[in-house]
Amino acid sequence: MSERQVEIEVLRYNPEKDKEPYFQRYSVTCREEWVVLDALNHIKETIDPTLSYRWSCHMAVCGSCGMMVNGEPKLACKSFLRDYPGLIRVEPLRHFPVERDLVTVIDDFVAKLARVKPYLIPKEPKDVAAGEYRQTPAQLKRYKQFTLCINCMLCYAACPEYGLIPQYIGPAALSLAHRWNEDSRDGGREQRQEELAATEGVWECSFVGACSEVCPEHVDPAAAIQQVKIKSTIDWYTEHLMPWRNK
Amino acid sequence: MAEQIGRRPHVRPITSEWIFRHPRYLRYLVREFSCLFIGAWTLMLVCALGRLSEGPQAWAAFLEGLKSPVIVAFHLVTLAFALYHSYTWFQLTPKALPLQLGDDFLPDGVIAGAHFGAWAVLSAAVLYLAGAF
Amino acid sequence: MARSNKPIVWGPFAAGGTLTAFLTPALVLLTLLAALGHAPDLLAYERLHAFAGHWLAKLAFAGVVFLSLWSAAHRLRITCYDLGLRADTLVAIVVYAVALAGTGGAVLYLARI
Repeated sequence: MSERQVEIEVLRYNPEKDKEPYFQRYSVTCREEWVVLDALNHIKETIDPTLSYRWSCHMAVCGSCGMMVNGEPKLACKSFLRDYPGLIRVEPLRHFPVERDLVTVIDDFVAKLARVKPYLIPKEPKDVAAGEYRQTPAQLKRYKQFTLCINCMLCYAACPEYGLIPQYIGPAALSLAHRWNEDSRDGGREQRQEELAATEGVWECSFVGACSEVCPEHVDPAAAIQQVKIKSTIDWYTEHLMPWRNK
Repeated sequence: MAEQIGRRPHVRPITSEWIFRHPRYLRYLVREFSCLFIGAWTLMLVCALGRLSEGPQAWAAFLEGLKSPVIVAFHLVTLAFALYHSYTWFQLTPKALPLQLGDDFLPDGVIAGAHFGAWAVLSAAVLYLAGAF
Repeated sequence: MARSNKPIVWGPFAAGGTLTAFLTPALVLLTLLAALGHAPDLLAYERLHAFAGHWLAKLAFAGVVFLSLWSAAHRLRITCYDLGLRADTLVAIVVYAVALAGTGGAVLYLARI
């Protein structure tokens, strides 16, 4: 197997020692078929054990290793060195505070995800003895795409509105809420609307579409958000123009 | 027992550099800037209505006033921006209005294609009825 | 979180964006032809005046002007924020006022035709 000498520039930041983040360059002997994560692991194992970063599955299903690779939000385990012929610059995922090196503070996303209630809220209470929910293939396909989210937060790094407006709930949380709204078993749309239809919900989105472009699982959060906007708009107009229909 | 490490998360400042981080952000701004030219052209339409309401001489003066290289250039730029707006709008429509027929969703290309088709027919009709050809 | 009233401004924006996507290129081409000295038949005074005299055409003109100006205004508002102009409320008031003023002007002129 062939090898390649790769120059990697990584953002370093130790909160106890450094005033500001800085870039550190490593020269790493890599195998040609490696991904950026392999290179980072090789650095940590053989050159610099102090380098900190999150990773787990190494196969693009856990969502842990999101980082900026040459300015683009990518999963490090899905960024092939062969696609980066020159210098590779690795930074923590944009729009999140830097905890240390490539580790970001993800509390904001986790809090926002919880706020949209991304779990089944049954239409009416159902006893286990009553049996399973039944769902046709059509009902499943309706929301299936939005279930693929691995919470990697690349969409938050890509979204300029989230960068400009920190209170914006953001693509992944909004599309996960939509995933439950579209699930035939679910009856929680009204509850979720409190968050989705707020200003910080779908209304900060200007359909840049970057979120869908960088999503490694092809969830298409941008589509989910526009669909929620349209439904919310129809809701608003029926509520205000036909008040007799309100419950 | 491990010591509590001092946390001091670093917040990276937000500047307008995001615009240049990838071509898609520039394309987004081009799309958004179409509003300036479409808006300006529409305001010109309002002026046209004003001249039309003032009588034949005012209208003739308006038409004469259009015949300048600056106005022609403005129209060419506006036409380009308007076409880009149409193109991007139709490409995005299937995302906002997906159509599930049976089990599967209609492919995005079909919905967008139908919009382009309708646009072509409508534009041809408008131009024909206006006597452009 | 309180539900936003954004739909008030977004509804006409979406309608206007759709309308301008379908109609504006052809209309711009008409006035471009006029600017090039080959004004289409409809732009002759007698024909256009007669056309615009019909109440249905007036309604259509007013609708096209309102929706086109509104969607342009809304987009401009968003873009200003994207480019770093943070005074959103002020920008919103200015852009929507221009859209409404343009619409008002159009309605006034159309009433005189």
